[in-house]
This record gives sequence, C-alpha cells and structure tokens, in this order.
Amino acid sequence: MMTALQVTILVLVAAGATAVVLIRDPVRQVVSLSIYGLLLAVLFMAFQAPDVTLSELTVGAVALPLLLLLTLAKVRKQEE
Amino acid sequence: MTPSQRRWVFLVAGGGFLAFYLWGLVGLPGFGHYPGPYGDIINAIAVSQTHATAVVSAVNFEYRAFDTLGEEFILFTAATGVATVLRHLREERDTSAMDEAMNRDVPATSDAIRMVTLAFIGPTIVVGWYLTSHAQTSPSGGFQGGIVLATAFVLVYLAGQFIVFKRLSPVALTDAIEAIGAGSFAAVGIAALALGAAYLSNILPLGSTPGAVNSAGTIPLISFFVGIEVSAAFILIIGELLEQTLIVREGNR
Amino acid sequence: MSIFPFIVVAWVLAVGLYGIITSRHLVHQIVCLIVVQSSTYILLLGVGYRTGAVAPYFYDIPPNTPAVDPVVQALALTDVVVEAAVTALLLAFAVQAHKRFGTLDPEELRQLQG
Repeated sequence: MMTALQVTILVLVAAGATAVVLIRDPVRQVVSLSIYGLLLAVLFMAFQAPDVTLSELTVGAVALPLLLLLTLAKVRKQEE
Repeated sequence: MTPSQRRWVFLVAGGGFLAFYLWGLVGLPGFGHYPGPYGDIINAIAVSQTHATAVVSAVNFEYRAFDTLGEEFILFTAATGVATVLRHLREERDTSAMDEAMNRDVPATSDAIRMVTLAFIGPTIVVGWYLTSHAQTSPSGGFQGGIVLATAFVLVYLAGQFIVFKRLSPVALTDAIEAIGAGSFAAVGIAALALGAAYLSNILPLGSTPGAVNSAGTIPLISFFVGIEVSAAFILIIGELLEQTLIVREGNR
Repeated sequence: MSIFPFIVVAWVLAVGLYGIITSRHLVHQIVCLIVVQSSTYILLLGVGYRTGAVAPYFYDIPPNTPAVDPVVQALALTDVVVEAAVTALLLAFAVQAHKRFGTLDPEELRQLQG
C-alpha cells in the first residue's frame, strides 16, 4: 500500500531525473539537479528516513551544486 | 564505437536488464512488505543495548562502525585526491583579487549580501554543531553536521573575500584537521582493542537514560570525529576548486 | 501497484545511463552519474519501507512500535555524503582534462588521445 503523497513524489522524482538528464546546458542542469535533490529529500521523508533526508538536503541542495558551479566557472574562465 | 552504435547497445542491454528486473520483482515482496529480519532485530535491541534512541546512528556508529570507518577513508582519499589532482602546474600562477579587478570590472559584494551572509554564519555553525553532537538522540550525525559546518566557511567567502576564506582555512591546517578526524575515529577502535574488547566496540559508559545527550558511549564521540573529518574534507575540496577559478595560465593573458 | 517504486528506480537508473552514453560534456556526464547513484538510494529505502511503520527513532515513542529498517537507511546516509566527495574527485579530473586538452567533450577527448 502506498499513500497518495508517496505516489505523487515518486512520479515527480522520475520526471525530475528525466529533466536533469535531458537539460544539456550545464549551468541550467546544475539548477535542475538542485531541485531534483530537494524532490529526493521529500521522497526520503515520505519513506520515513529523516536521517537520509537531512543528508540529501545538505548534499543535494548545497554541496553538489556548489562544486559543480565552481568547476563550470573554472572551465568558462579558461575559455575566455 | 559511434554514438548511434552505442545507443543501440544501450537499448539492447537496457531491454534485457528491464526484462530480468521485472521478472525478479514479481518474485520479491512488494513495496511496504519489509521481509526482515535484521531491521526488526536491531529496532528491538538497539535502544537497550546502546542507549541511543536514533537507531540509524546506532547502526552507523556502532553496529556497522567498521564499515563507516571504510566510508570515512573513501572521503579522506577523495579529498586528498582532489588536492593532488588540482595541484598547481608549473606554468600557472595565482591572480590576486587586485589583478582580477584591474582586468575587468568585478562588482563589489553589496552590503545587503554581506549583512545577510554574516547574520547566517552564527546560526549555521550552531545548527552544524547541534547535528554533529546529537547523533545518538535524533535524526542527525557527523555526516550531515559536517557539511553544514563546511557551509559556514563558504558563507565567509560569500560575505567577504577569498583571502579571508583562505586565512580561516589554510590547506595545511585543514588537511591536518581532516587527518585528525579520520585518525581519531580509528583510534577509538584501537582504544577498545587496548582494553581487550573487539575493534570499535562501545567501551565508554552508556549513561543512565536512553536519549540523553551524554548517553550511548562512543556513538557521540565517533559522530563528532566524523563531523570534523567531513567538514574539513569539504572545506578542503571547496577551497581547492575555488582556488582553481582564481589561477590562470602564464601567457594566456 | 506495489512494485511501482521499484519501477521508478529502474527508470531513474536507465535515464541516467542514457545520459552518460549520449553526453557531450564531461560535467553533464558527471551529473548523470549522480542521477544513476540516486537510484540506489531509492532502491535501498524502498526495500526497507514497511506500510504504516514509523521512522526508527525511539525518543518519544515506545521501543516496540513497528519501525522501518534502519540498516538500509544507514547505508544510504553515508553513501549520499561519500558520493559528493567522489563527485568532487571526478570534477577535479574534468578540470585537469580541460586544462590539458582544452575541451570537455568526451568524443573530442577520445580523438585527442588517438
């Protein structure tokens, strides 16, 4: 048995993953990845895993986008 | 292999995978029917055995502490690897913020951004500290707390200058702190060996009430060391990548 | 309907792999790898979930309340953080590749290598 919340958020996560992969511009993709991280965090909350939620929030919303944007900034600067 | 060939290989392999996966799923218990027994056993005994009310932390820092030690060293190796891969090449030099400003117009950080970030630094450190030190009672622990603590240093960079960030977290010092965090985790295990117990077994007094902050023996201690290691690792990684955006190749400009 | 979460796992895995093989940009490829990895978290937590059970935190609930599996949660928790560090290492390689060859397109990198 699944609750309506779980079904909704699972559909959103599947759509989010597709969007992250299909967006080809790296900077836009990083923003979409951040949103995908938030969706995953909500999903983990709905799966009764608050610990993993916190982990995914800090990593998905802060650490990963920061690292990726820094890399893109470096690459872009070199191409100038 | 050309891209279109690769796509075909992917489609065939993916189709095969999907078929086997669905076939396997039919014979497995569905979602919501957890077959057990490990989770049930640990849920039943963890609180009385470790005096930690957060069973996930008890698994991480006690029952599977050796596994977590391995994960710690993946993190450690990754951070060291980043620092090694991104070392300065011979033809590279640092540009200071002054050079940058002379080359093009870098907008100065506005007072509004500076005020807001400065106001956030304190609460961020408090949240990170809370998460790191409450692994035994609530959904938190060194892994999450460590990243939040690292964020506080990034806020310093946002509010001010790279120079300040560098002064607060010089590579040699961050490296040493990271090593101390990872080493202390291993040392907790060795202390248990010295007392004649198994590696990483809980040798400290468990405290009276489950759920108290000073309960659960080595769990909060290990969580604390993990927090130190994680935050130092991420400050090191972020610092290395930040520095990369500031160096240019000699002769490029 | 009770296998729907696991179908989502397969979808996320497949879509991430598709992104990796069709990618023309190393950073894009690394992000696709992150998507692939996220499928494992959904799988782990989906396996450990039990209908109507609470999260395994017994701070203010009696110890014998039915709870979901804490073991898979512990696995996923450490994995999320370690994954970020490994991603950082991959990004460092990407930066270095760009420095050396001036491109981040896997196809062009392959040709440069000869």
